[in-house]
Amino acid sequence: MSLVNLIITLALLIAAAYFWAHSRSLALAKPLGGIRHLHSLPLYYGLRGAIWCGLPALVVLCLWLMFDDPVVQSLVLAGLPADAVPAGPAERSLFLSTVVNVASGALPAADQPAAVVAAAERYNALRGTGQLLVAVITLGVAISGLLWGVRRMSPQLRARQEVERVFRWALLACASIAIFATLGIVVSVLFESLRFFEAVPLTDFLFGLEWSPQTAIRADQVGSSGAFGAVPLFMGTLLISAIALLVAVPVGLMSAIYLGEYAGSRLRNIAKPALEILAGVPTVVYGFFAALSVAPFIRDLGASLGLSVSSESALAAGLVMGVMIIPFVSSLADDVITAVPRSLRDGSLALGATRSETVKKVIIPAALPGIVGGVLLAASRAIGETMIVVMAAGMAAKLTLNPLEAVTTVTVQIVTLLVGDQEFDSPKTLAAFALGLMLFLITLLLNVIALYIVKKYRELYD
Amino acid sequence: MTTAALDSASAAAAPGRHRVTELSELLTQRTTGKPFVDAAKMRTRNVNVYYGEKQAIFDVGLDIGRNQVIAMIGPSGCGKSTFLRALNRMNDTVVGCRVTGEFLLDDEDIYAPKMDPVALRARVGMVFQKPNPFPKSIYDNVAYGAKLHGLASRRIELDEVVEGSLRKAGLWEEVKDRLVQPGTGLSGGQQQRLCIARAIAINPEVILMDEPCSALDPIATARVEELIAELAENYTIAIVTHSMQQAARVSHRTAYFHLGKLIEVNDTQMVFTSPQHELTEAYITGRFG
Repeated sequence: MSLVNLIITLALLIAAAYFWAHSRSLALAKPLGGIRHLHSLPLYYGLRGAIWCGLPALVVLCLWLMFDDPVVQSLVLAGLPADAVPAGPAERSLFLSTVVNVASGALPAADQPAAVVAAAERYNALRGTGQLLVAVITLGVAISGLLWGVRRMSPQLRARQEVERVFRWALLACASIAIFATLGIVVSVLFESLRFFEAVPLTDFLFGLEWSPQTAIRADQVGSSGAFGAVPLFMGTLLISAIALLVAVPVGLMSAIYLGEYAGSRLRNIAKPALEILAGVPTVVYGFFAALSVAPFIRDLGASLGLSVSSESALAAGLVMGVMIIPFVSSLADDVITAVPRSLRDGSLALGATRSETVKKVIIPAALPGIVGGVLLAASRAIGETMIVVMAAGMAAKLTLNPLEAVTTVTVQIVTLLVGDQEFDSPKTLAAFALGLMLFLITLLLNVIALYIVKKYRELYD
Repeated sequence: MTTAALDSASAAAAPGRHRVTELSELLTQRTTGKPFVDAAKMRTRNVNVYYGEKQAIFDVGLDIGRNQVIAMIGPSGCGKSTFLRALNRMNDTVVGCRVTGEFLLDDEDIYAPKMDPVALRARVGMVFQKPNPFPKSIYDNVAYGAKLHGLASRRIELDEVVEGSLRKAGLWEEVKDRLVQPGTGLSGGQQQRLCIARAIAINPEVILMDEPCSALDPIATARVEELIAELAENYTIAIVTHSMQQAARVSHRTAYFHLGKLIEVNDTQMVFTSPQHELTEAYITGRFG
C-alpha cells in the first residue's frame, strides 16, 4: 500500500469515526430523553472519536516516516558480508547512495559489483515489507483506537474536556514549532561557526581589516593566503544601513505625522495602505531598480559634478533600501502617534499651541520610545537585507566611509561564499556561517532593545 | 407647578408617545430667567452647533459675567460640553463640527476671520474632564504655555511663573521638592490641580472647565472646588458639571441645558430654590438626568 493510499484510507477512517461516535452519542441520548442529558454535545463525542482514531495512528505514521530510511539502510548494511562493506563513514555513505540509486533504477545494475546488486535487491525487498508493515500497523492502531474510544462512551463521559485538552496540546505544538525552528537554525549556524573559528582565530575575524576569503588548494598557489577580517564587511553594512536610515527615518516619521495629525480620514484611508504597499514590493524588484536606475543616475550625476562615482555605489543601495524600509518606520510611528491620547492633544491646543507645536513638544516626546523602537526594527531589517545590496552595492571589500564607492556587506559576502561549487569544510565556506552568526546576534540585539523600548512605552498610558 | 407638568417633564428621560408633544412644547419656549447680564465677559447670541447633519445646540444665547463662575448643568447629551468647547473654538479641531452665531469676548468677535483661534485659546483656557498632564516634569507642564507664548525671557522669570501658578493652584507646597518628577506620577486630584496651574500660567481671561471633578474622589473634589472659588476673584470661569451640589457650591449663576436648548438661566440660588421652568425643576429634584 503506497503512502498516499494509506493517508487517504486513514482520513476516511477518521471521518467514519467522527460520524460513528456522533450517531452513537445520539443513540445514547435517546433513551435518556435528548442530548441535554449527555455531558457534552454530540459534536464533542464525534471529535473525540476522530481524535482517538486518528491521533495515535498519525503518531505511528510520523515515526515510521522519520526512521524508515535509517533503519532499512542499517538492515541492508548488516545483511551484507563484512568484507563487502567499506570501512570509513564517508565511503560507507557513498556505497549506500550507490545502492539506493541502483535500487531505484537510476543507475544501471549491469555495471555494478554483485554485492551492490544484491544489497539493492535486499533494499527494495525491505522497503516493500516495511510499507506493508506500516500500513497494517497504522490502520490497526486506528481501528483499535476507534473501537476503544467508542466502547468507553457513556452519557457521563467528559468528551468536551478531552477535546479541549487535545486542542490545547495541538496549539502548544504549533507554538513550539516556531521556537524550535529558530533554536535549530541558531544551533546549526553556531556549530559551523565554531568549526570556522578552529581554522581562523576569533580576534582575526572580529578585528581584521582585510577581507579576502581565499584558501589554498595547492601548497604552492600564488595569492592563496586568505584573510578573514570582517571589519570591512560590517563597515559596509553599517554605511549602507546608515544611508538607508537617513532616508527612511525622516521621510517615514514625517509621513506618519502627516497621516496621523493632519490628513483627513478619507486621505488617510487611501494613503496608509498605499504606503504599506511599499513593504510588499519584492526586494529583488527594489534590487534591479537600484542597479539599473538609481546607480547609473547617481554615477551620471556625480560625473556631471566632476566626482568619480563607481557604477555600483553604497549610496545607490542605501537610498533604495531607505525607500524600502519607509513603511516600517511610518507604520510603527503612526501606530504610536495615534496611540497618544487625544486628551494630550486637546490639552496642548487649549493652551494656545499650534498643531506643529503640539506635535513637536507633546506628541513626539510622548511617542518617542515607540518611534525609537520602530526605527530599530527598521534598522535590523536594513542590516539583514540582501537582495538590494547584492545587485547594487558591489563586491569589493573596501574599508571606506565614502558613500560614492562600491562597498560590500555581510549579506552579500554570505551569498558569494555559498554560491557555486564549494568544498563544505574549507574556512572559505565556513566563514559564511560565522558572518551569519554575527549578523544574527546583531539583529537579535537590536530587536530585543526595540521590543524592550516599545514595551516600556506601552505601560505609560495604561 | 401642576402634577401634569411634572409628569410631562419627567417623561423627557423616556418620552411616551402621547407626551412627546408636551415635551416639545416645553422645549420651544424661550429661555427662562436671566440669560443676559450687564458687564459680561463673554456674550453669545443665536448659537447653533452642528456635528455633520446633526444639530447639537439650538439657538442659545447666554452671557458669562466678568469674574463670576457660571455652572452649566443638564442631562447627558444636552450639549453643555459642546457649548463650552465653542467658547474657545476647541470645536474647530473636531472634524465635521460647524458653529454659527455670535460670540463676543470683550466685544471682540471670536469667530471673525481675523481672529486667530490659537491666540484665542491662550486667552480662554480650558481644563478637561480627565486630568491630562503631559508626560513631562511638573515644572515643564506648568512652563509649557509660558514658553510657547514667550511670557518669560529668562529662566528666573519662568521659575516665578511656575511657582506663582502652582501657588495659585494650591499645589506648590505639595510639589515644590519634586518639580523635576513627571506630572503623570501625581495623584488624580493633584494632576487636575496641575492642569489648572498649567492653564493659569498663561494668564487667561476666561477658564473653561469641562467636568473637572468627575474623575476625582470627594476629598480631591473639595480641594478643586475651593480652588475654583479662589480663582473666581481674578478669572471668569465657566464650568460644566454633572453634580448639582457642585454647581450649587461653586457657581454664581447656573444655566440648565436640555436636548441642545438653553432652558433656564438664573442666579444659582434661584435655580436651586425656586426654579421657574418645569424641566429645570424636574431635573434638580432628581426626576431624571
